[in-house]
Amino acid sequence: MHSQTQIGRFWLLAAACITLVVLAPVLTLAIHALQGSTEHWQHLLDYVLPHAMQTTLLLLLGVGVVVSLLGVGSAWLMTAYDFPSRRILGWALLLPLAVPTYIVAFAYQDILHPIGPVQGVLRELLGYSSPREFRLPDVRSLGGAIILLGLVLYPYVYLSTRAMFATQSASLLEAGRILGASQRSVFFRVALPMARPAIAVGLSLALLETLNDIGASEFLGVQTLTVSIYTTWVTRSDLSGAAQIALAMLVLVIALIVLERYGRRFQGYSQNQRSRSMQPNRLTGASAAFAMFLGWLPVLLGFIVPALYLLAESYKYLHLTGAVSEQLLASAWNTLYIALITTGVTLSLALVVAWASRSARQSQVQGWQRLLKLSTLGYAIPGTVLALGLLLPFVWIDNVLEDLISVFVDRAPQLLLMGSTSALVIAYCIRFLAIGIGSVESGLARIPPSVEQASRLLGETPGGTLRRVHLPLLRPALGAAALLIFVDTMKELPATLLLRPMNFETLATWLYAEAARGTYEEGAIAALAIVVAGLIPVILLARAQFARHS
Amino acid sequence: MNTQTASFLKLHNISVEYPCPKKASLCVVNQLSLELEKGEIGCLLGVSGCGKTTILRAIAGFEPLRSGEIWLAGRKLSSATQQVAPEQREVGMMFQDYALFPHLSVERNVGFGLRRHTKAERAKRVDEMLELVGLQAERKRYPHELSGGQQQRVALARALAPSPSLLLLDEPFSNLDVDTRERLAFEVRDILKQAGLTAILVTHNQAEAFAIADRIGVMEQGQIVQWGSPRALHEQPVNAFVADFIRHEALLTQRTQALMRDQADLSLDVPE
Repeated sequence: MHSQTQIGRFWLLAAACITLVVLAPVLTLAIHALQGSTEHWQHLLDYVLPHAMQTTLLLLLGVGVVVSLLGVGSAWLMTAYDFPSRRILGWALLLPLAVPTYIVAFAYQDILHPIGPVQGVLRELLGYSSPREFRLPDVRSLGGAIILLGLVLYPYVYLSTRAMFATQSASLLEAGRILGASQRSVFFRVALPMARPAIAVGLSLALLETLNDIGASEFLGVQTLTVSIYTTWVTRSDLSGAAQIALAMLVLVIALIVLERYGRRFQGYSQNQRSRSMQPNRLTGASAAFAMFLGWLPVLLGFIVPALYLLAESYKYLHLTGAVSEQLLASAWNTLYIALITTGVTLSLALVVAWASRSARQSQVQGWQRLLKLSTLGYAIPGTVLALGLLLPFVWIDNVLEDLISVFVDRAPQLLLMGSTSALVIAYCIRFLAIGIGSVESGLARIPPSVEQASRLLGETPGGTLRRVHLPLLRPALGAAALLIFVDTMKELPATLLLRPMNFETLATWLYAEAARGTYEEGAIAALAIVVAGLIPVILLARAQFARHS
Repeated sequence: MNTQTASFLKLHNISVEYPCPKKASLCVVNQLSLELEKGEIGCLLGVSGCGKTTILRAIAGFEPLRSGEIWLAGRKLSSATQQVAPEQREVGMMFQDYALFPHLSVERNVGFGLRRHTKAERAKRVDEMLELVGLQAERKRYPHELSGGQQQRVALARALAPSPSLLLLDEPFSNLDVDTRERLAFEVRDILKQAGLTAILVTHNQAEAFAIADRIGVMEQGQIVQWGSPRALHEQPVNAFVADFIRHEALLTQRTQALMRDQADLSLDVPE
């Protein structure tokens, strides 16, 4: 009798522990930054922070403008107009999602190099003989970073906005037309204001990704807060200083979360599933060609060009050497196995949290629900900040473990967490837990409560019900979440750079090291492998979208 | 044995809170009592929001009691301080939405509650149940491949398979069209009587109640206004509400049927 509530309490406690682990890095940072010497703080305030903050804000602003223009523009184009290749474009517009920010920067840095292919051809055409006489503006700049990040991050806005346009009732837009507004003014006066929440959601995700980025900013020489944290810590070994910058960064993160929550709150207000969606306007001739040009441009620049470049470079390298190096194979293997472990652990934890918050909701325990909601905040914490926040607890735990074990053994192992990949797995779990929880929760929401009750009345315990009813029904949701977590782990760079054990390389850090050294030999192969893996979830996502909209 | 266990099922002065439809506050089933003999089919009849489903859920063990006691076959299932877990109550339930497991075939749905049986016993019991509801041919099918009436019979077979002491039926016919509804109501009564089961049905449809039940309780705002045989309700309603409700419902049913006949006639008149 009482065992039932005890089991429920066990789930809740387990979930609360997970939530605390997610929040641990932020709390640690806050404490550490407050303890840090004011001397450092003064130095940071005078020299590092203002500049890095300004650069980061400009980058966020610029990327925000680019992703909104590209995302909303392409979403409206796909919703309001019909032109040749529209159906393919509908999912092709998602392809840039497969290219991580550091890879697009890596590729374009080479493509647009003053002595690279594009500028060479341009000089040839224009009749210049040396890069000294003519060169394009340098891609290694804030402007370059804004455009390149915008090119791979706009799909977040495209996805949410297009879904919103698709659920907007056509009759509203038609009402606008009948009331005398042109197609264009219907867009500005009806469709756009209604889509504002969806745009806010997509925009906040894209900007969180921008804040998280370390590779692209560093390759392109843009001193963002993320890069400052990294250099303050790694180059100057100033942990408190890094923690203080990280706290400043968390302020931006909170602002973005508020933006996202605002969006999600109002997203519901035009979701009328039964309404007929808008009939696209068929274009012909020059206007169709122009629409195709506009639609395909972001796909071309954000995916096709960099992917072809990586393909060509990989081919060139393999043709030359005939095989890939041992080290690259080792880092590919590392990537694969750590991503698999992360996927397994993260999904199990997500299941615990989702199950507990479902029980909390059923028994209407408000406080618990709010606490468990916090466990999904990890996705918003930039990788560098997360790594920094985890470092101190990890070192502390390692010391405690060493002391404990040395009671029994003469030479206790040192750095159990930091010296192994466990630290990495924990960091990944915190960051990607939200993906798992989101999928499991939406999967659980689709299982009617009566199905669970039926199982209980047929003599099955709560645990048995989870195993025999919920898990089989959740299998598709778990599969999709596993795929997303796997690929995101593969792509992760900032936290991996800071928390990996000595001599442990993943494909992403391998690529980073190559680019940092300026040796572009095998980097392209590593990048290609990441992009190809990243394509799988994008294709699945695209198919789901495609099925819904067409 | 306690004197309170004289009847097979006994709800003694139970109070339960439940969320009110269309209101933010909580509604209450207040100090409700009822008794049912073994083999009888009882029915709670009332408009939506009167608390009838809440009573079923309290018997099943999904709603905690604020006060009072629930006894079944001499065993105390619920009181304000203790509650037997649903899976230990030997109570079966047929849900309004049937709640069939979408990932299991018909036979595995029916066999779900028979885990403690041996394989051979389970197969035999599933066969019996499928024969009882006439679905032997559909045993390998999945719930989404069945019609509403077939799904309902699978739900019934599944609930009956573990031989529960008591069967609860929550608006069992509301998802069916009018014609199937009446036919199935009699069919279900036959099946229940054949199995010698004690059952409680909840409905807002007076015709259903009269077709199935041995005893009917008319409910209003968390109270049973009258508890008696269908005949007693018809001939000696205790107050105006019961009389009104039953007559009104009957009138409505007749009117809908008449309307539907008219519509059918009309649609025949429309030239193609």
